[in-house]
Amino acid sequence: MPNYQIDPNKWIDNYADYLFNYTITRVNDREIAKDLVQDTFFAGLKSMKNFKGEASERTWLISILKRKIIDYYRKINSNKGKAEVRMSYSSDENEGDWLEERVADPFDKTAEDRIENSELEDAIYNCLSKLPEKQAQVFKMKTILNHETEAICNELNITASNLWVIIHRARVAMASCMEETWFKK
Amino acid sequence: MKKNVFFISCEEAQHICDKSQYGEATLWEKFKLNIRLTWCRITRAYTKKNQALTKTIKTSKIECLKNEEQQALKKSFEEQLHQQN
Repeated sequence: MPNYQIDPNKWIDNYADYLFNYTITRVNDREIAKDLVQDTFFAGLKSMKNFKGEASERTWLISILKRKIIDYYRKINSNKGKAEVRMSYSSDENEGDWLEERVADPFDKTAEDRIENSELEDAIYNCLSKLPEKQAQVFKMKTILNHETEAICNELNITASNLWVIIHRARVAMASCMEETWFKK
Repeated sequence: MKKNVFFISCEEAQHICDKSQYGEATLWEKFKLNIRLTWCRITRAYTKKNQALTKTIKTSKIECLKNEEQQALKKSFEEQLHQQN
């Protein structure tokens, strides 16, 4: 009998935000990111029996998602290629023209920045996953989604003072977890 | 005994510090917090950690699903799971 367990009932609660964040940083479109995450979960369901337990569920789902993202780019690139007119600015007679296009964009993120940012996002999500469900939910709504206090209170049916107590506990836990896993690095 | 309007407890200072991270502390509250920060080591340590957390999350530009988006995803996933079973 395998010594690992796979529980799709908890996938959405445990991994939806993580997969969504992973996707949106790569496709830059909320709707497309949501679709790709949904496709990933559906594909995960279909291939559940192939899960060997060699990696964590999250890593396994990310590997499916990566393929979905590659497929998405292949699809849009093959559509774009049909109508694309390629222009080259690099012929010698045009030397000096289009200079800006030849200079590296200083605001462009380097590969190193991207790796560090993705490590930071992982650290935040790992700390978030350790919070009690309610604290994580309120913290996400207030800190990541930037919802108004009143809107959160109405949606979750809690008082403002209740919300601040939850936020305080969540922030204390998050700060101490981040200190252990990120600031000390 | 008359309460000193400039004096706030450590808990109140931390509460103001939390609100301040979201731009929800009033000027008067910030003033009171600043007074406490001049002499309270615990409040200073808490504020430092709290600000570092805010800065880190802002730097990361982390995103997540809205509640309604997560619920919609859950619903369609449960349907799919039900069909499979």
